[in-house]
Amino acid sequence: MSVATSAGATGYRPSRTLPIWAEVRRQASRRRTQLALGFMAALPLIILIAFEFDSGGDDDGNGGGAFGSLVDLATSGGLNFTLFCLAVSAGFLLVVVVALFCGDTVASEASWGSLRYLLAVPVPRARLLAVKLIVALAYSAVALALLTAVGLIAGTLRYGWHPLGSTVAAEIAPGAGLLRVLGIAGYLAVTMLIVAGLAFLLGVLTDAPLGAVGGAVMIWILSSILDQITALGSIRYLLPTHFSDAWQGLLSTPAQSDDLVKGAISAVAYATLCWGIAFWRFTRKDVTS
Amino acid sequence: MSWTSRLPRPTRGRILAGSAVLLLVAGLVGWAVWPERDAWTTQDEMITVVTGPERNENVTLDARLYLPRDRDGKVPAVLLAHGFGGTKESVASDAESLAERGYAVLAYTAQGFGRSGGQIHLDSPDYEVRGAQGLLDWLAARPEIRTDAAGDPRVGVVGGSYGGALALMLAGQDQRVDAIVPSITWNDLTTVFLPQSADTSATGVFKKGWAGVFFGNGGAVPSEGAVAPPTGINVDPACGRFAADVCKAYLDVATSGSPDQSTIDLLRRSSPAATVGQIKAPTLLVQGAVDTLFPLSEADANARSIAATGTPVRVAWFAGGHDGGVGPQSDQDRVKFLTAQWLDHYVKGEGDAPSDSFTYSRVAGFSALDRGLVTNGYSTDSYPGLAGTGSTRLELQGPAQPIANPPNGNPGAISSLPGTGGRLSELLSGVAADIPGQFARFETQPVSTAIDVVGSPTVRLRAASPTGEATLFVKLYDVDESGAATLSAGLVAPVRLTDLPGSIDEAQERTIRLPAIVRRIEAGHTVRVVVATTDQAFLSPVQPATYTVQVASNLELPTAVGTPIANPQTVWRYVLAGLLAAIVIGLVVVLLVRRRRQRGRQTPTVPEHAETPLVVSGLRKAYADGFVAVEEISFTVQRGQVVGLLGPNGAGKTTTLRVLMGLTMPTAGEALVFGHKLVPGSPVLSRVGALVEGPGFLPHLTGLENLKAYWKATGRPEADAHFDEALEIAGLGDSVHRRTKKYSHGMRQRLAIAQAMLGLPELLVLDEPTDGLDPPQIAEMRRVLKRYATDGRAVLVSSHLLAEVEQTCTHAVVVNKGRIVASGPVEDIVGESPSVQLEVSDVPAAERVLDELGVRSVLPDGPSGLIVDMNGTPRSEVVASLVRAGVAVDRVVPRRRLEDAFLALVGENSRGSGDR
Repeated sequence: MSVATSAGATGYRPSRTLPIWAEVRRQASRRRTQLALGFMAALPLIILIAFEFDSGGDDDGNGGGAFGSLVDLATSGGLNFTLFCLAVSAGFLLVVVVALFCGDTVASEASWGSLRYLLAVPVPRARLLAVKLIVALAYSAVALALLTAVGLIAGTLRYGWHPLGSTVAAEIAPGAGLLRVLGIAGYLAVTMLIVAGLAFLLGVLTDAPLGAVGGAVMIWILSSILDQITALGSIRYLLPTHFSDAWQGLLSTPAQSDDLVKGAISAVAYATLCWGIAFWRFTRKDVTS
Repeated sequence: MSWTSRLPRPTRGRILAGSAVLLLVAGLVGWAVWPERDAWTTQDEMITVVTGPERNENVTLDARLYLPRDRDGKVPAVLLAHGFGGTKESVASDAESLAERGYAVLAYTAQGFGRSGGQIHLDSPDYEVRGAQGLLDWLAARPEIRTDAAGDPRVGVVGGSYGGALALMLAGQDQRVDAIVPSITWNDLTTVFLPQSADTSATGVFKKGWAGVFFGNGGAVPSEGAVAPPTGINVDPACGRFAADVCKAYLDVATSGSPDQSTIDLLRRSSPAATVGQIKAPTLLVQGAVDTLFPLSEADANARSIAATGTPVRVAWFAGGHDGGVGPQSDQDRVKFLTAQWLDHYVKGEGDAPSDSFTYSRVAGFSALDRGLVTNGYSTDSYPGLAGTGSTRLELQGPAQPIANPPNGNPGAISSLPGTGGRLSELLSGVAADIPGQFARFETQPVSTAIDVVGSPTVRLRAASPTGEATLFVKLYDVDESGAATLSAGLVAPVRLTDLPGSIDEAQERTIRLPAIVRRIEAGHTVRVVVATTDQAFLSPVQPATYTVQVASNLELPTAVGTPIANPQTVWRYVLAGLLAAIVIGLVVVLLVRRRRQRGRQTPTVPEHAETPLVVSGLRKAYADGFVAVEEISFTVQRGQVVGLLGPNGAGKTTTLRVLMGLTMPTAGEALVFGHKLVPGSPVLSRVGALVEGPGFLPHLTGLENLKAYWKATGRPEADAHFDEALEIAGLGDSVHRRTKKYSHGMRQRLAIAQAMLGLPELLVLDEPTDGLDPPQIAEMRRVLKRYATDGRAVLVSSHLLAEVEQTCTHAVVVNKGRIVASGPVEDIVGESPSVQLEVSDVPAAERVLDELGVRSVLPDGPSGLIVDMNGTPRSEVVASLVRAGVAVDRVVPRRRLEDAFLALVGENSRGSGDR
């Protein structure tokens, strides 16, 4: 390292550039970060208030399958309420939030023109990407954790601490149920790695933050649509969203983890591939923004 | 700009990548939709067989022969029989998979169904079984089929339900059968439709739900769209295609609830029980644990009878059946494997003899993706029967309770939904519902350890009835901590007791054998035994009555400890672990390689330039699309110099600066900063401050916060930043506390220059620094830059304005079209040029005069101007000569070298190199 310091200015060390905490503060001061995190914290409260308007009438009893039962059971306890919050967010909201954190982080610096000044510091390119990725993932995790924690607290205060119920299996005791809900949140975090990978890659390839975030969400939706077409057969196993509902296996007793494992393989493989391409590309490309 | 030019240019790399993606997509789609060539051929046949007790009734059977396409000589055969209500089509997929394994498969529609002729005699030995014997004759006569002797084909018989019983009865009646695989079938129809779970000889309780479904399936007059029966067959609306005696027996028992002797005889005749002891063909019995029609006890009876004669028997249970359907994939795979193994050894003669181990599966949960059950498979070394390999005794509590039988058994309790089929998930949560007042409850304490129940639990029951008779339904519930009760597979034990006393004190204990189940009763759960008077699946007495029932405390639960069958899905866990390990290893390797490479890179490559702020040599940048932004540029910036990079827009200035900042990789040549070769991320860049291509700030931060955030990103000590000096240079006053998105262009520009000066870098690179500044600020900026370059620091400024370079810089490098056209100290270039600019009244006359004077060149400059290279001729002499010749001279402007150089390039063609 002595060689490295001698080449640079006094006090400069590549490994000290863009400290994680500096990047955390860079992002924290942004309105979109505050809004996204605030919304994740507010969502359970909004849902809670919406349930208060429930007149007791049941106008759509055919919710269908495990999910329909989640709606019916949502007010049966804090755990079920949290589960409901997670289930309604998993399909779209979480995807958008994760895509926002991961797709926007590099692309927005490029669009502001501040990316080239960071690179001229110089922050080594791989380090820049790594720090940005870690912080974006951390914010995504915080968003998910906020949703879960606020859901648990608000739901438990309002509906009480009761076993986790579902129609696919018998009720699960509150202690074990908490573990299941945390496990579901954990699995959602794993599947969101795919979104994180896609959005981050697009964010590196384009200078337009909207393109990166929107692109990742569009790919996710396209994949969800294709996954509905059973005629595609085994190709569907390759779709990034194919295992996104596998968390429902955790509602079963005992918990079914085979699909979770496959989903985790799919997520880790996609994320690694995307991040690998992102690093490979970013460390070689001409930064023209 | 046209739209086409916005498309990425098709470079070689893009074309290659695009083609690769296209190929991949095309390949995947092609692989998915490619029609597979079947490994078999089929031919449909109408085969006439002789049946009837007198062997004088011809019946035509609709059959299809599947032959393996690539067969080597004669092949063994499989006779494939379908379930009740089916046809040869309903077993097509089984037939195809057997044909793929190299068997000739004869699938046929049983008589009385589909296009086949005849009537339904309910697997009668004289009709259906005899007809199947005729099919064996037909197979033996086929040239493709292997035979053991003349007229004796090598054949296995496979079938489910109705077809399963046929397999058993055919094997019992015809010794030519080499192996059978009957599944979900019966042993004795009397115990099926009139089950009796108590140890008494009284006739059982009529299973009206299933009997109705069974009868309806075969008896219904063919509806629209269904295959019409062959003409000439008289279809009675009451009996459909059932034979008269079968129809009469059903109507009889369904009406009265108790069969007469002829009905019992008919049911017995249509049961394998009578002939199963004569079976010599090795038998694989597959039975479903979710089956209220043919429960596990039917297969158990078959297994015991066949095994008693020494014939090899193997038993397998799966989580499906007439209620549960085909079961989860893992069970289907296991059954398929066992069937293939059985047939391969006993029919084809390949493979080792299958062991006689017993396999079963237990529901383990619910799959989120295919909405089905997940089961775990287990095996034990031998078939334990319904009593298990061990037993656990639990103590039931509850007093004797009176229970009421409503008239006609209505309303009735629900335990199963006969004929709905495959609603497994509902069976999990249980459709069971008991009616208050109609049931008695006896419950155990919570069990301390989990119990793996495999087999038939038994309880002892006492009952009293004012009529002397009682029809009861005994059920075993698994009750979890929250009180949710599950009736395993919806199975109940119907009991009909006779000769009962009127008082419970005088009642005798009867042993009740509950239906065999496979279930794990978890620790903390309780077991509840319910005795109910009604069940919608069964016929209850018409007369209302109130019974008193008491269940003795002993509940025997048979248990078995099976070895888990490896779940092929677990391999994915290892895949995941391997993937994670590979990623970690890959990451470590990449990091190590990078670190090693960086170490090699950080030594100064050119020590003699270690004190030179910047040496650019032979720099060239060509973009991937072929555009050459910089042809070749070489220059040096020494300490103390303010060097101006002068050129028109698009000359390649910015590209050069981008390379200097490590943003762009040069195609050729190199830039050395203090002797270190510049590559993206070179640590030596930390000694360079830069403003390239305009400011770049975080719009949501104030000016000061932006500077602080930038300095934080350098990771260097805050004291080294010299914020005060930088802010003074920026001169923004209180505006530094406003967000930069509110800044004017000039304010941003000044802040960007201040940012470039943070830490007082030894080399300052500024791209068009005066852009957006007003004249006083420009003047101030010139002063700042000149002062900055003292103390051994250096400044490189790019500009397209001649005056700016002239007034700010000590040295200048003039660039055009990617090449250097002039360079050196500004005084040298700015010094008096040998040329002057003249404005004259008569240009042609002036040109003539000048030619005579012997100047080097004369170029027109506007309507009345001339640029004249004096070639040493004094200016005074030129003016004098012109005046003498009568040409009025309005202006004489001496020109400077820099201007010459610049205008020589730009003047003749004002378009920049960017437009080449």
